[in-house]
Amino acid sequence: MAKVFIYPATSLILSDMVARFGHTPLSSATAIRERIQTAGLESPPLQITPEEAKKGLKWAAVEVPAGVRGRMSLYGPMIEACEAAIIINDADLAFGCMGCARTNELIKFLVHQKTIPRLELNYPKNEEEGVKFVAAIKRFLTELGATK
Amino acid sequence: MTRPVRIAQLSCGPEYSGIQHEIDEAARQVGGEIFYPDVALKDIHRDFAKFGLDVKSPDLKLTIARAMALVEGRVEADAVFIATCFRCAEAAIVRNELRRYINEHSRLPVVSYSFTERTTSGTLLTRMEALTTIARRRALLARETQNGLTLGVDSGSATTKAIVMRDDQIIGTGWQPTTEVLKSAHEVIAHALAEAGVTRDEIQAVGTTGYGRFLVGKEIKADLIQEELTVNSKGAVYLANRQHGPATVIDIGGMDNKAISVMDGIPGVFTMGGICAGASGRFLEMTAKRLGVEITELGPLSMKGFGGRVSMNSYCIVFGTQSLVNALAAGSTREDVAAAACHSVAEQVYEQQLQEVDIKEPVIMVGGTSLIEGLVFAMGELLQTKIVVPPYSQYIGAVGSALLASGFIKDD
Repeated sequence: MAKVFIYPATSLILSDMVARFGHTPLSSATAIRERIQTAGLESPPLQITPEEAKKGLKWAAVEVPAGVRGRMSLYGPMIEACEAAIIINDADLAFGCMGCARTNELIKFLVHQKTIPRLELNYPKNEEEGVKFVAAIKRFLTELGATK
Repeated sequence: MTRPVRIAQLSCGPEYSGIQHEIDEAARQVGGEIFYPDVALKDIHRDFAKFGLDVKSPDLKLTIARAMALVEGRVEADAVFIATCFRCAEAAIVRNELRRYINEHSRLPVVSYSFTERTTSGTLLTRMEALTTIARRRALLARETQNGLTLGVDSGSATTKAIVMRDDQIIGTGWQPTTEVLKSAHEVIAHALAEAGVTRDEIQAVGTTGYGRFLVGKEIKADLIQEELTVNSKGAVYLANRQHGPATVIDIGGMDNKAISVMDGIPGVFTMGGICAGASGRFLEMTAKRLGVEITELGPLSMKGFGGRVSMNSYCIVFGTQSLVNALAAGSTREDVAAAACHSVAEQVYEQQLQEVDIKEPVIMVGGTSLIEGLVFAMGELLQTKIVVPPYSQYIGAVGSALLASGFIKDD
């Protein structure tokens, strides 16, 4: 069974699907609520301190905004540990969302750098695409289980 | 118990930078309460599209939706705090556009702030204090005349100033470099009182401002202890006789600079910050020292020179000074070097700070550096406007304090 990094890392649906197929989802598992009453769409579940932004220097230089580095201190280790990845592009906010576009670019770049099984899909826009979307994820996770 | 000032936070990145608790704490210290305007996911889609700024970061889309909720009255607030990561270009565009949008479409005071994981907590606190002051003390800030006998003290990072006023007239002044904060304050107060020919007991109300305002205010039992953003704005439009309509106040100080967009004497948008020492009065002090003149002589000297003849390779206080030294060694005149130093400071403030506020005429320069003609000239050239330097501009904080303190006279 594989450690699967998911993007958006906050997607509970993706996280659940990965777990149902016996893999370990690497995610931040923050629910995106219908009403946003926190500072950001995916406010950190952990107590983040200025130290996290410094730990993020491993993945992003000091000239990179502190918010990017703070996020990378969470997601950088997940990317390093992952053995497979599922990336959903242009996802609806309700599906799962990561607030900073610059971090998202860096995360996807780092995942692309790894030679691991990777599934990259666009978020479905209608029911037909939705069925294909779920089937593709199912197939990927099943095949991943067979190779691991 | 007074209700806390409700400050709506529009932000991207402070939680992941680990500084959210510092923002919360700064607001709490000045009687404010940070909250995040409640919007729904569907509002984000609708408002982001309506605003028309096609940013990619979802948290910036959320920020735009929250700003629109405030302006359209769907969420109530007393003030707005906009904070985004330093060095994020996308966020800087959003920060500027939202500041302008809120300022143009509402009466909410706004302050914007860009941060790294290390906040400069002093300037953060001053910004928060200014926000809560504007929200809570609009009536006090609307004061246009000084009544009775009042004392104002400005305990600044470089100099301490005191002013005694009686019925709209300045009758006593005191000024000296800040050494020991309390000692300097007592000395300038004594000087101002002596010049005015009155005693401390006769003073009906006292106001303090500047970095040492809390310490000095407690010591001299001040009626009003207030940050310098609102006080200096008030003092500037009062002395320049521009109390009505728009104005822009620029104060290049010894330790930090302030740029304030004012409407009817009340700050709407402001920035404050030590960009770096090279953009402060300190750089001009060092230049004067290197040229062997008093700081008071630097202005007239620079007006005889042409800064364009001296190549400045750096804005930094160390390397900038080195450029000036190299220019002198290569035969440049002291006048040209003085002018180049003034231009360097003005250009940095223009490039890095004035972009954050909407410049509206009249532009009023205040603070000790406003007496350096070369700096005022250079700023006027950059802004393409004639800068107003009111009388007593170096005492601006003390005048503003004395003016506002008269609102605390018991019979008033």
